[in-house]
Amino acid sequence: MNLRFSLSRFVAVLWKEFIQMRRDRVTFGMMIGLPIIQLMLFGFAINADPRHLPTLVEVNDDGPLTRALLAGMDTSGYFDFIGQVRGPDAGEEALRRGEANFVVVIPADFERDVVRGLRPNLLIAADASDPSAVSGAAAAMSGIVNGAIAQTLTGPLSPAAGAPLPFEVIVHRQYNPEGKTSTNIVPGLLAIILSMTMVMITAVAIVKERERGTMEMLISTPVTPLEVMLGKILPYVFVGYVQTAVFLVAAFAVFQVPFTGTFSAFFFGFNLFVLGNLALGFLISTVAKNQMQAMQLSFFTILPSILLSGFMFPFAGMPGWAQAIGTGVPATHFIRLIRKVMLKGAGTFDVTAELTALGVIVLVITVIAMLRYRQTLD
Amino acid sequence: MSEERVIDVRGLTKRFGDKTVVDHFDIAVSKGAIYGFLGPNGSGKTTTIRMLCGLLLPDEGEGQCLGFDVRREAGKIKAEVGYMTQKFSLYEDLTIRENLDFVARMYRVKDRKSRVDGALADLGLADRAGQLAGTLSGGWKQRLALAACLIHDPKLLLLDEPTAGVDPKARRDFWDEIRRLSKAGVTVLVSTHYMDEAIQCDFITYIAYGKKLIDGRATEIPTMVGLTTWRAEGPELVALEDALKGQPGVDQVARFGSALHVSGTDAAALAATVAKFQNHKRQRWSEVPAGLEEAFIYLMAGARDNFSRDAA
Repeated sequence: MNLRFSLSRFVAVLWKEFIQMRRDRVTFGMMIGLPIIQLMLFGFAINADPRHLPTLVEVNDDGPLTRALLAGMDTSGYFDFIGQVRGPDAGEEALRRGEANFVVVIPADFERDVVRGLRPNLLIAADASDPSAVSGAAAAMSGIVNGAIAQTLTGPLSPAAGAPLPFEVIVHRQYNPEGKTSTNIVPGLLAIILSMTMVMITAVAIVKERERGTMEMLISTPVTPLEVMLGKILPYVFVGYVQTAVFLVAAFAVFQVPFTGTFSAFFFGFNLFVLGNLALGFLISTVAKNQMQAMQLSFFTILPSILLSGFMFPFAGMPGWAQAIGTGVPATHFIRLIRKVMLKGAGTFDVTAELTALGVIVLVITVIAMLRYRQTLD
Repeated sequence: MSEERVIDVRGLTKRFGDKTVVDHFDIAVSKGAIYGFLGPNGSGKTTTIRMLCGLLLPDEGEGQCLGFDVRREAGKIKAEVGYMTQKFSLYEDLTIRENLDFVARMYRVKDRKSRVDGALADLGLADRAGQLAGTLSGGWKQRLALAACLIHDPKLLLLDEPTAGVDPKARRDFWDEIRRLSKAGVTVLVSTHYMDEAIQCDFITYIAYGKKLIDGRATEIPTMVGLTTWRAEGPELVALEDALKGQPGVDQVARFGSALHVSGTDAAALAATVAKFQNHKRQRWSEVPAGLEEAFIYLMAGARDNFSRDAA
């Protein structure tokens, strides 16, 4: 027996492997594409210290100190003033609907009370359902306040500038007062769990039929495409329901995440989201040639669901192009929806924007998948 | 012809990209006939069968299958056709009974339970009905596949290389079953590579490069090919075979058991060559009627593997 290492045999195996690698286009594309995309996402898109967060102001007083304060917040880069609100209800509403991350409330007679040394409260209501989006800006407030004071409380007003601060900044962390990460992460996790399993299971289940040849037997019978698709997909909707039930129980029992909104809002969004993932899996199955490719492509679609959806990193902190991609990802809208429903007490009306976005995405994916399905059958 | 036509299509054509896989194919099959589809790999046999049972839409051509239009009524055709794929295409992770039951449901078979039980009994698998189909041997898988495509009593059976990878005994049993079905009025269209199977067919069509080369009753095929055959018996046949190859008039030399069959289309030239070799007196020579075997070897040799177009 010849057990010596043969260079030519080794090279032959090596060469064969390269040829096979090159022929498997999808895998090859993944090997080249994945590092590039991950680099782009982690390098450019993700920002754990987000700036330019949409901010509303409720101005009940006007004066040099107020103006200096707002100007200081604006130039800090953390806050982007998008408008004014009147009354606490309007501010609350904007926070719940996710239109603004902050509402700054300048109380009535603010300037006068400061000069009189009454130490009035400056309230900043923050949407803390994503604590990392809020914490950087909140931390920056003390510097902004000091700057504004140094700028305006000069001359005869300087006694008011002494320590302690002439007014109190109260950051009201709404929806997640303790700033717990789990309160932020857990609701979004449902989107990730469903994305991972629904997309992959559907894609693999359909590709498996084709790969094993059973699809040929199946379509040689009088069964219609709709019967096959519904029959193959609905079991996984059921799996999605089971996963969600387990998730809700665990979220409540283990992580003490509240469920403050209405169940109907959750129910509509959840079904649309599951449908969207199944349609995506179906679409992948029309592209993938074998189960391995189906797995890879599914994994590929999960990446933006984790990184660009606002699940791990604040959506508002991403550059415009990343936000644009993120807007096309169903998980983005479902994560917003479920955070609103679980943490902010939102009802169906409050999540119409998310429901609409999910509906559009589901429709687009389904249409593309159906078009492709007909082509591949023939 | 007066007999009932089960399949009657003309000009069937299928292209994949710029490659024409089936090129203006005509076929007429009468009820109860066993029709053999012969041809090298890649000649378009599978594609033709898939078009006949509505799995593929023909690019051109028209006709009827079981009285239904092949282009527009694929659904109705499917309901009355049993199609057995080349590769085992039942679910390996379902049991034997579950597979039969599933297929029966697809065709909405009445009295499903008793049909499935009957099929299991016919197969002789009643006591193994709970076994996973994937654990069966090749021959058993093939029998199960046949039982599955017969579960709805189809009028037409389309069998795509049904006996590939099956041992000779199982193949013989399989063909006994096919002949029994044919007697009962089921029309059978079967593609095959094996000559011993081709001989079992009533009619034969030979396809190469998607085109029909020959089509007729099995008994008439040798005449249609037009071969003259001489039989040589005796010692040193290996040397004789080498010597004969390339001689004028000799198109093919084939070993048949202990004899050598020398065939050619030019009878006179072949006779002259044979006369030369007869002088050696080593072997006994006799002229025999050309059979199907010689005709097929001749046809096969004419059209190599159809994937390599340039070679042919």
